[in-house]
Amino acid sequence: MDFDFTEKEQAFRAEVKQFIADNLPPPEQRGEDFEKHWHAKLIEKKWIGFSWPKEYGGGGGTLIEQFILKEEMSKALAPDLGSDFMGLTWVGPALIRHGTEEQKKEFLPDLLNCRSSWCTGYSEPDVGSDLGSLKLRAVRDGDDYVINGSKIWTTRAHVARYIFLTVRTNPEAQSRYSGISVLLTPMNTPGIEVRPIVNIVGQHHFNQVFFTDVRVPVSARLGAEGEGWKVVMGALANERSGISESTGMERHLEKLKELARNSQKGGKPALQDAEVRRKLARFETQISAMRLNGLRNLTKQIKGAQPSSETSVNKLLRGILEIPMADLAMSLLGNEASGMGEWQFDALNFHGTVIGGGSPNIQRNIIAERVLGLPKD
Amino acid sequence: MDFGFSEEQDLLRAQVRKFLEDQCPLEQVRQIAAGDEGYCPRLWGQLAELGWLGLTLPEEFGGLGLSWVDLVVILEETGRSLFPSPLLSTLLAATVIDQHGTAEQRQRWLPALIDGSSIATVALLDEQDYLVPQAIQLQGAAGDGGYRLSGEKRFVQDATAADLFLVAFRTGPGDDDLGLALVPRQAQGVSVADTEGWDRTKRSGVLTLDAVQVDADQLLGAAMLGAPAIASIIDYGALAVSAEAIGVCEGILNLTSQYALDREQFGSPIGRYQGVKHPLAEIYVDIECMKSLVYYAAWALEAQPDDAPAAIAKAKAYAAERTCNAGVAGVQLHGAIGYTDEYDMQLFMKRSKWSRATYGDEDFHYDRVAGYGGI
Repeated sequence: MDFDFTEKEQAFRAEVKQFIADNLPPPEQRGEDFEKHWHAKLIEKKWIGFSWPKEYGGGGGTLIEQFILKEEMSKALAPDLGSDFMGLTWVGPALIRHGTEEQKKEFLPDLLNCRSSWCTGYSEPDVGSDLGSLKLRAVRDGDDYVINGSKIWTTRAHVARYIFLTVRTNPEAQSRYSGISVLLTPMNTPGIEVRPIVNIVGQHHFNQVFFTDVRVPVSARLGAEGEGWKVVMGALANERSGISESTGMERHLEKLKELARNSQKGGKPALQDAEVRRKLARFETQISAMRLNGLRNLTKQIKGAQPSSETSVNKLLRGILEIPMADLAMSLLGNEASGMGEWQFDALNFHGTVIGGGSPNIQRNIIAERVLGLPKD
Repeated sequence: MDFGFSEEQDLLRAQVRKFLEDQCPLEQVRQIAAGDEGYCPRLWGQLAELGWLGLTLPEEFGGLGLSWVDLVVILEETGRSLFPSPLLSTLLAATVIDQHGTAEQRQRWLPALIDGSSIATVALLDEQDYLVPQAIQLQGAAGDGGYRLSGEKRFVQDATAADLFLVAFRTGPGDDDLGLALVPRQAQGVSVADTEGWDRTKRSGVLTLDAVQVDADQLLGAAMLGAPAIASIIDYGALAVSAEAIGVCEGILNLTSQYALDREQFGSPIGRYQGVKHPLAEIYVDIECMKSLVYYAAWALEAQPDDAPAAIAKAKAYAAERTCNAGVAGVQLHGAIGYTDEYDMQLFMKRSKWSRATYGDEDFHYDRVAGYGGI
């Protein structure tokens, strides 16, 4: 056991810090053109897709260097690495694992150069947590699939150029998991219609997407026909690696401490209130545990294990922490809580981030069934 | 960066687990718990032979010179099997003697503590049950070239088994007026009484000192060590209890998950129902977090000492709160059988409550975390 970083890793951290000092203005000074320039510099550094293999245009960074990069960027309140979070997090790693050479050539360079824009089609009107029962039908017709049905809660479908689409290619398959395939579908294909859904903070992020006789070539399929479940589970496990969960939470905690330092409780500074202090200490302890859990998972991955359901731990912790943290902020704000500030926004918005990628109860199911071996519901 | 155990540490774990499963299954734990001594001298001798009593102590005294990370491996296993022994007390006392003792004191005591011929414990808490050096009240009056100690120490772990006590006392009101005295059980004026508790796998007692003469050579380090030395004992204790608590939670999770698979109600194993499987998933999450916090703290103790007190406070705060929760959930998920004497769940639940209080509960340690975290 050794938590020290090697000299090479320490030098890399120093390089990231210097890059940030040279190129990243504080959030309030970031103008309209900022993201364009920022991305250009990240592309030059090969820090987008940093841990992807070099043969696919990645930076060839180690998982530890990737962790250092993410941690420093998060501390500096930098935007996500790259413009296409969905594409980089889910689609890219799935392409590297399951894609044909043509698919890799077609999609990976755009992902790494901030020219891509993906959305992911998992949930359906009657299919949420129970992804294995998805119904969107794709029927083989010559060299094409013809798709009919609907997806919902599709974030960024209204701006994305492609959708990572899960479809049912064989409704008669022995197991409901073995009749699923993934189709990399252009959003401008005739027959696709996007209807906006406004969320509780008045924003339009997600949509319902309708598919009417949508034709895509068989060559758009990622992985073998009927192997879609494996492709999707690998992609979801990437989302659950656990590291980015903790860096995000560290940011929330710093913000919350700052708020507490500047707040009053019962006519006295809030930090003199024993309950406020203990709540903050408890959050700090749980978030430290998340960071260390992430590092422990990282060590397992470096030693050769694929991310698996045990990484649901950090997803669940985030799910049970975000809303109570916003709740403490709201209590510190007093009557201000009914206003429109950042925490008031988070107190509503966290309801979405907690559910996205699988609600806390779904994470509990995953842990109980796949790790503890308890029977499925 | 390598947040994992070495092959040697994995082997050590397998060895300890096999030893405890073979030599001290829960029937044996119950027998020891029902006895007067509170431990099994035969097994204690075997621990010494296996080298575990001197795991972290220098080789020149018969120890193995390994680290606290290695020790955590053993403590997880002793927690998991609820192994009743004065291991924790003796390790803490030996660690303090090794760190602060004079050459003569280390030579005098460490070989005996490592070969199992002597059992030691630390006596910190006074009438006021508050775990900070400043709350230590027992007075040492200067006299005859040493000190005369009078007073009472409570919550002394393994008091009846010990033949050596490290007694915290003060000669004045300041932080520098605190010292530790090496007091043998047979010294004039020493008496020990067992305190009855529900968890008989962990023994505690009251140590009464009636004008006990402590000569200059019995003063640990031949000096008043001051508050930091005593604070470090609290940290070692908190870390050790947290490491055992991981094993306690694993014991609870294994027992209760198996029961959830075996027990059928409404036509199905109860583990199918979310009211049962979700609390079990939460115990798993807590174990993962406890492992992360404890392993890091054990590593920091030697490699990043400045960060160790905060890391230990986090580990113990989490362990105190969540082990207790696991104990409650474990009994409740079993239903009536969990409330019986004959079924083993109760042993784990009682231990979970011991684990909460010993070396500081969550409130105590969260207050420390707040202080270290600039809150």
